[in-house]
This record gives sequence, C-alpha cells and structure tokens, in this order.
Amino acid sequence: MSRVLKIEGLHVSVEGKPILRGVDLTLRQGEVHALMGPNGSGKSTLSYALMGHPRYEITAGTVTLDSQDLTELEPEERAKAGLFLAFQYPTVIPGVSLGNFLRHAVSNVRRPDRKEGEDLLPMRDFRKELRAQMDELGVDQEFARRYLNDGFSGGEKKRAEILQLAMLRPAFAILDETDSGLDIDAVRIVSEGVNRVAARHQTGVLVITHYERILTYIKPEFVHVLFGGRIVEHGGPELVKLLESQGYDWVREKHPEAAQDEDEMEAAVRPPQVAGKAS
Amino acid sequence: MELVQSPAAAGFTEAAFARFLKGRDEPAWLTQSRREAFARFQALPWPSAQDEEWRRTDIRGFRLDAFSPPAAERTGSEARFGILSQALDAQGVARVEHRDGGLARGSDPVLPKGAILLDLAQAAREHPDLVKRHLFTQTIAGGDDVFAALHAAFWTSGTLFYVPRGVELEAPVLSAIGLSGGAVDLSHTLVVLEEGARAVFVREMASLAGADAALHAGGLEITVAAGARLEMVDVQNWNQATWHFSHERAVLGRDATLNWTVGGLGGRLARVNQEVVLDGSGSSARVNGVLFTTGRQHLAYSTRQDHRAPHTTSDLLYKGALKDRSRIVWKGMIRVEKAGQRTDAYQRNDNLILSDRARADSIPGLEIEANDVRCTHGATAGRVDEDMIFYAQARAIPRSEAVRLIVQGFFANVLDRIGVEAARETLRDAVASQI
Ligand SMILES: Nc1ncnc2c1ncn2[C@@H]1O[C@H](COP(=O)(O)OP(=O)(O)OP(=O)(O)O)[C@@H](O)[C@H]1O
Ligand SMILES: [Mg+2]
Repeated sequence: MSRVLKIEGLHVSVEGKPILRGVDLTLRQGEVHALMGPNGSGKSTLSYALMGHPRYEITAGTVTLDSQDLTELEPEERAKAGLFLAFQYPTVIPGVSLGNFLRHAVSNVRRPDRKEGEDLLPMRDFRKELRAQMDELGVDQEFARRYLNDGFSGGEKKRAEILQLAMLRPAFAILDETDSGLDIDAVRIVSEGVNRVAARHQTGVLVITHYERILTYIKPEFVHVLFGGRIVEHGGPELVKLLESQGYDWVREKHPEAAQDEDEMEAAVRPPQVAGKAS
Repeated sequence: MELVQSPAAAGFTEAAFARFLKGRDEPAWLTQSRREAFARFQALPWPSAQDEEWRRTDIRGFRLDAFSPPAAERTGSEARFGILSQALDAQGVARVEHRDGGLARGSDPVLPKGAILLDLAQAAREHPDLVKRHLFTQTIAGGDDVFAALHAAFWTSGTLFYVPRGVELEAPVLSAIGLSGGAVDLSHTLVVLEEGARAVFVREMASLAGADAALHAGGLEITVAAGARLEMVDVQNWNQATWHFSHERAVLGRDATLNWTVGGLGGRLARVNQEVVLDGSGSSARVNGVLFTTGRQHLAYSTRQDHRAPHTTSDLLYKGALKDRSRIVWKGMIRVEKAGQRTDAYQRNDNLILSDRARADSIPGLEIEANDVRCTHGATAGRVDEDMIFYAQARAIPRSEAVRLIVQGFFANVLDRIGVEAARETLRDAVASQI
C-alpha cells in the first residue's frame, strides 16, 4: 500500500513572525520531489515544521500521513510514523557516539512500542547491519565510534545523515540541502545512498536544494518553487533548468505578492544557523 | 553566666584529646605532631560566611560536637562495600579496608617488589622513618583550616602506599573506606612513588549501614618523585547524610606525571581543597573531576595548580551535573611562580544544570608571576541543549531518553581521560544511574 504525506494550507510562524503562508504539497511513497527557492524563502522552516520542532509553530493548515494527523505528535512519534529529516545543519552531540545514538534510534523505530530502558536491538545484529550500510556509503568503520557530528567535516556530517536515513528506512525523507558544501564525488556517493534506500523501501523523497547537481543523481518527477512562504510554481525537471539558467527574477515578476513577502523576510535579521546549530 | 562554647570545641575537647592520646601506642614524634595540630585546631577560627573560602558553603547545619574522636583501632568485618571496590574485586587487586576509623582488613595480598600497602598507624610503627619523612609534609603546607587541624590532631586509620625507586606496578591498588551512620572517619592517605616508579592507586569512600549524620575529615598527600608516574582515582560516594572535609595535595618532581581523577557523587556537604604542585621541571598533571549531585547536596571544590618549575603542564577539567536543589561550587586557581617559565596550564569547569532549582558556581583564577607562559581557563553552565534534544527526537528518541544520552555524553570527554578501565566504567554507570 502506497502511503501519502499531505500538506495542506500550512502556515508556520517563528517567534510570532509568519514564515510559511499556505503551503500545499502531496508526496506519495516512491515519488521524488524537489523543492527549490531562494535563501530565506522558508525551505528549512517547512522541514522543521514537518518534523515538529517546537520553535516552529503551525498556525494554520494540516499535515497528514495517510489519515493520521502529524501536527499534534511529538517529533519522535513522527519519526516512528515514517518521517525522516536530513538536517541542513546536523547538530553536534558531544560524547554520544554515532553508533550508540543510531542504535537507540533504530531500536525505537523498529519497535515503536519500546519504552525507555527496554532492550535495544541486539548489538551483534545492529553492528552487522551498520557495517554493511557504512560499506555501501564508503565510510570508515571507525566512523561509528566518533562522537555525533563532533569535529565532522561538512561532508562527513552529510554522510552521517544519509547513514541514519539508510538505517531508519523511513517512508518519507526530507533532505534539506544535503548537497551543500559537498564536492562532486561526495554528492554522487550521498545521492546513490539515497537512491538505494528509496529503491529498497519505496521511500518518498523531498530534495531541498539550490543546485541542479544533486538532481542529476536523484531525479525528481515533481519540482516545486517556494517563494515568499508559499509554493508558487509546480512543474517537472524543466523547472530546474529554468531556475539554474535564469534565477528567480521571473518568479518575482510573475508573483508580485509573494515577492513582497519574500522581501520582508529577507529584511528580517537572520541569526545564522539558528535551528540546527552546527557549533 | 556560662560562656557559650564554640561548636568546634565540644566533641573534640582537651579532655577528649588527652583520652585519645592515652589510647594510642605511637612514636613520640607522631604524638608531638598531634599536639601541635591540636593547638592549631584550638586557635583557628571556625569558618564563617565572611571567609572568602567559605562564602558559598554554609556549614551552619554542621555540629562538630555531635561527633567524637574515632575509638576503634580495628573493626572486623569481611563484607565488601563500594561500587568501585566491587568492580575491582573481580580483578583481585591488592587492597586495604577501613571502617569507621579503624582497620577492617590489612593489605591483602602483600605487594611485590618491596612496594608497601599498609594501614598508616601500623606503618608508623613498622616503617617510622618512611612515614616520618612524608607525613604532613604536603597537606599542612596548603591552606590550613580548622578541619585540616582537626584531622592532623585526631587522625586514625588511613593508608600508606609506597612504591620504591624504579618499581612498576601494573595492577591497581585499592584503599576502601567505609563509614556507618553516626560514625567518624579521620583517615589519612599517604601515597609515595619514588623515582621512576609507576603505579595505579584507587581510593573509594562509601557509606555503610545507618542514616545518621557521619563525618569525614581527611587528608591525602601524594608524592610523585622524579620520572615517576601515578594514575590516581579517588571516588567519594558517601550517602547524603555525610559531611566531608578533605585536604588533598600532590607534589610532582622532575618529569613526573600524575593523572588524578576525582569522583564526587555523595555527601550532604563536601568541601575539598585539591592542589597539585608542579615542583620539578617538565612535570605534568592532569586533573579530572566527575561530579553529580542530587537532592540538597552541596559540593565545593577549591583547586589549585601550582607551577613552581619551568616547562610544567597542568590540565584540569571538572564536569558536573546537578539535579533537584543541589549545588556545586568550583573555585580554581592557577598559580605560576617566577621560576615557572614555559608553563602550560589549563583549567575548565563545565556544569550541566538539570533542574530549575540547582545552582552551579565556577570561579576560575589566575596568579601569574612568570612572563613566558600559556594559561587559559573556561567555564560553562547551562541546561541540556534543546537543539540536541530535537535532533534526537527527530531520530525517534523521546525527550527523556535523549536527555539521558546527552548527559552521559556530556561526561564522556572527562571519563575518557581516566586510565583505569574499571574505574572509568564504574563512574560511567554511576553517572548514568543518577540521571
Ligand atoms: N529559528 C529561527 N528564528 C528566527 N527566525 C528564523 C528561524 N528560522 C528561520 N527563520 C526565518 O525564517 C525565514 C526562512 O528561513 P529558512 O531557514 O526556512 O529559509 P531557507 O529557505 O531554508 O533558506 P536557506 O536556503 O538559506 O537554507 C528567514 O527569514 C529566517 O530569518
Ligand atoms: Mg535552509
């Protein structure tokens, strides 16, 4: 049965400031969507809101996975329901090894009724699976022993995100600028990882990006443009080419009202990397 | 009209001191040292909130006259106590055990290669020169206060750990100190590593039965001679009815190395002066503090890194987590004398505050007389980072499980510095169980 993630009329505010002003988007399992938009247009806001970040307040609209309303769920419940977010700025958690963290995560996703303190996935099975996934992603086995994102290079952080994606096998994955800061080889490796997961588990993928590059590996059937807090254009891969060659001026001209909102957001002082401190 | 006695006088009076001396069979120099200490004890003022050292540590709830000098010279019981002690038991380490100020179990087994692990009173009789050479040469030199003097006058039990020149002991050696409700422990720990020696010394303090208030006023003296290397782990895990006062000092000779871990988990109120003296050029010390407080516990640590010779390094990292209404006070001092050129010194205190009513104070300090040094310090105090919690939640880990992981992770870098695996893992578990 193919599952459906449906976003309707979504309004999101941060600290009382409206950022998203009515987003509609429907993803089905197995589909690949791309979401593009200028800096500060609200792409990360959408992904945090979907995942349930407490600072991102949904003021109107709905998010459902099949018929289940996600908006009232804690983030961990959303993750168990099958949602995954690869962070634009993955958080550092000092002293917690990637392996240990992931063992907790995977145990909770695979056994959604697990209570804190109950058994984790058997170490042997977990290790074996983790090892295989790390091999596929071309990361060193040592990686699992390192503290989560602590001292990781940009590329390592993004690989760690995709490793988690591969282990958690979600129904829907949002990749928030997973390609930024990666060289071409790394983009390819990471993309192939995403494609493998998607093929195996019918994962519906929403790729948030500024660049065509990653979309030559993870090929979207649907492309959306977020501008001024709403999706103003829907199309196919040709839209990517158009944005790559012409930028957003034509979008601005075509949607003057959204352009005004976009400018307002732009003017607001933006603390760098607020929600996902890279520290 | 009767004079109100100072609280210091009551349980540890002249008469009590005279009785105490009468019951002991000790060399004259030791008795003399006790008399001098008792005179200081009587002369020193009781700590008040006006003293800088006691400003943040309120001991008005402590009544010294509720206690009296420990009488027991030997208390027999074979049962093991203490988490670390039990973990090390599996490895069959050499140990000496004291209970309620008396010897419960002598060195078992006897150490190889001329190394000595012995009840200190027994050592004073059997190795008088050795003990006389080292006893109260270190701790007294530091900040003397009424508790240090009380300790020096009335100490019983305690341990001598001595490693001769060039001797390397692989296995850890353990001193276990137990204390029952209402009892007093004034034990003294003397650790001496001669030139080029290597050893691992573990000390653990744990409560026995009984919930009445108990008292520890202790001293710890460490000598690490030239080229010697000591790994020291000291865990204070009393129950929350115990008052703990401790003066601790290590002196390092040329090129000596010390890795000193302090676990502060228990106690109602603990006040510790911990000092490392980099006395020989090229010596190097690392100090690792693992503190976790709950309930209404109050832990106060006053640390000092004293650089007296060139090319010395010290690196102090204290980490604490606080729950409920507990409080941690850390006051650090790096002191570099003129002779301490090319010193590299670091001090840092990070606290994780797990409740609205817990409180942590960090007061770093530098006193530098040399001009070619690198001295840095840092301190942080804060709640568990919400972004970390959200990241974990986004990966299906609920808030409370996330907090547990993050708090355990917080201690990882200090635990990683501990060279004794059993101690590292025991402290890791102890911290985890407190969360
Ligand atoms: N935690 C926050 N606190 C305050 N303002 C925020 C926060 N997060 C986002 N914003 C604001 O919301 C708007 C959208 O930001 P968002 O990060 O969603 O944009 P984006 O499209 O992901 O940009 P980029 O392409 O640079 O990643 C910006 O104006 C930003 O200032
Ligand atoms: Mg973004």
